[in-house]
Amino acid sequence: MKYAVCINHVPDTAAKITVGSDGKTIDKGGVSYVISPYDEFAIEECLRLKEKNGGEVTVVSLGSDAHKESLRKALAMGVDKAVLLKDDSTRDSFSVARALADCLQEISPDVIFFGKQSVDYDDSAVGLMVAEMLGLPSISVIVKLEIADGKVTAEREVEGGREVVETKLPAVFTAQKGLNEPRYPSLKGIMAAKSKPIEERPASAAPPKVEVLGMQKPPARLAGRIVGTDATAVPELVRLLHEEAKVI
Amino acid sequence: MKILVFAEQRDNKFKKPAFEAVKAARTIVDQIGGEVIALAVGSSVHSIAGTLGGYGAKKVLVVEHARLGLYSSTAYSRIVAEVASAQQVAIVMIPATALGKDLAPRVAVKLDAGVAADCTALRIENGEVIATRPVYAGKALTDVRVTSVVKIFTLRPNVFTAGSGDGEAVPVEHVAVQLSEQDFTSAVKEIKQSSGKIDVAEADIIVTGGRGMKGPEHFPMIEQLAQALDAAVGASRAVVDAGWRPHEEQVGQTGKTVSPSLYIAVGVSGAIQHLAGMSSSKYIVAINKDKDAPIFQVATYGIVADAFEVVPALTAEIKKMLGKS
Ligand SMILES: Cc1cc2nc3c(=O)[nH]c(=O)nc-3n(C[C@H](O)[C@H](O)[C@H](O)COP(=O)(O)OP(=O)(O)OC[C@H]3O[C@@H](n4cnc5c(N)ncnc54)[C@H](O)[C@@H]3O)c2cc1C
Ligand SMILES: Nc1ncnc2c1ncn2[C@@H]1O[C@H](COP(=O)(O)O)[C@@H](O)[C@H]1O
Repeated sequence: MKYAVCINHVPDTAAKITVGSDGKTIDKGGVSYVISPYDEFAIEECLRLKEKNGGEVTVVSLGSDAHKESLRKALAMGVDKAVLLKDDSTRDSFSVARALADCLQEISPDVIFFGKQSVDYDDSAVGLMVAEMLGLPSISVIVKLEIADGKVTAEREVEGGREVVETKLPAVFTAQKGLNEPRYPSLKGIMAAKSKPIEERPASAAPPKVEVLGMQKPPARLAGRIVGTDATAVPELVRLLHEEAKVI
Repeated sequence: MKILVFAEQRDNKFKKPAFEAVKAARTIVDQIGGEVIALAVGSSVHSIAGTLGGYGAKKVLVVEHARLGLYSSTAYSRIVAEVASAQQVAIVMIPATALGKDLAPRVAVKLDAGVAADCTALRIENGEVIATRPVYAGKALTDVRVTSVVKIFTLRPNVFTAGSGDGEAVPVEHVAVQLSEQDFTSAVKEIKQSSGKIDVAEADIIVTGGRGMKGPEHFPMIEQLAQALDAAVGASRAVVDAGWRPHEEQVGQTGKTVSPSLYIAVGVSGAIQHLAGMSSSKYIVAINKDKDAPIFQVATYGIVADAFEVVPALTAEIKKMLGKS
């Protein structure tokens, strides 16, 4: 079996986001970057599938040289091969998907994994676009996956419950928190990753279809009011919610 | 300009975001001309479909088939794309729900369309739709335009107002779509409901408990407050990671992004990842014994006190006001 995982390299979730001087993108100064958290669940799931069924896991990231840091971490977790689709251009989810789909077509994996969403632009789109481009079935936002004899059953999170979805391989999946608990790279893994190559390929060109006109900080919330310092403040709080906010 | 709105249903009842999307589309065509065409897909939706006229649809199309009662990404995306092409619409609007987020990217590829995902506002500038969409879990907002011929916008639930839907109902047209086994290569077999609980992603009021609740055995206190308010129970990641609460309740950057009318945070410190998921709530109440907790910086109303004293009192007071006890 061949497994592929697409990962993005994004600002740490603890990062303070400020708008850069172009007014369209963030100021990268002082921001540390990590594997997008949902992509770690995707890596972990592929590693577990490989441990169970044998095969090879390839990790792919599209972006600048900086993405090598995340690819290196994936190698340290135990992934076999890493590919950087080298690209410094501005892309939207469609054009990222196009380049990833072109690359994945060549690798031709049985299982392709994404995170459910990249925690930078929060599009939740790339994995499903790739599936459509490759003509493959998909199950998104999964918290459980079972594969037996090419038949797939997965559970995906929806409002108020879980959908049980069936499909067959090859297929595309996007990982939700709860699917597994990602491992930390072992010391041995970290050492081994140092000698594993990261293959660089050009990303196929695809013009974006969404243009960012500007970026702003959200309007600051007005300073709130401390209604009290013990339970005697409760009636006043309820009155405010009822009469002032009119939410209850 | 014609706008196609995908009107999501479950169990042959429209979901609120479907009405919100129809109304948002109507607001756009009222400014630049055109019409809103609503599309309902399901096993038996024709009897309810006409109500979409009340929210501003000029025409309602229905695609019905026994197998469309449950979602299939392959079948649904084909239907939406085919209807969009046949109707020659310029814009497709889809609610950014679990289903809509799965559907939109596939429709986009079929229509060679760009997607502005999870929009929280739409406006017209020079005859063109400009969308506002949060990025970095709401730590910043972007204004975007879609440059492809057909444009897709997915709309965040609970942000656009649907109104009362008291406009005139419109006649429903059936659209025949040939479906084969191939269209169901990926299909939902069943939905496991989580015991009738309200989901944080859909709730108008959320009561979230954090590590300040001290242990899972104290969450009934949160549940009772939620019940009094018909609210959903939310959780911080700390309590989800500790195994006190299921992860579908997690609010925040790696949980759910929520925009309810009222968000009550109890024993939640307000870490940046938590704030990212909930700070666009209309009203925020914080109950925390540490006056310096960051949650107070976003709270509309705060009580600096022990949750174990405040929460039962609050539940009782709300029940009293709502005449529930
Ligand atoms: C990659 C990443 C992603 C993350 N994503 C998320 C996310 O999606 N959502 C999320 O929530 N977090 C997320 N976090 C975790 C986040 O950083 C915090 O650790 C977490 O939100 C803290 O949860 P808490 O507020 O419940 O606990 P704490 O920070 O421990 O706060 C507990 C609070 O309870 C108060 N308290 C204690 N006792 C009482 C009492 N008796 N009465 C009243 N108040 C009391 C304390 O004063 C304190 O403020 C993420 C972290 C990382 C690294
Ligand atoms: N630049 C990228 N390189 C590789 N994979 C990516 C990239 N951007 C997004 N992805 C993948 O697509 C998923 C969804 O991203 P998005 O649609 O941007 O929310 C992510 O979780 C990754 O798995």
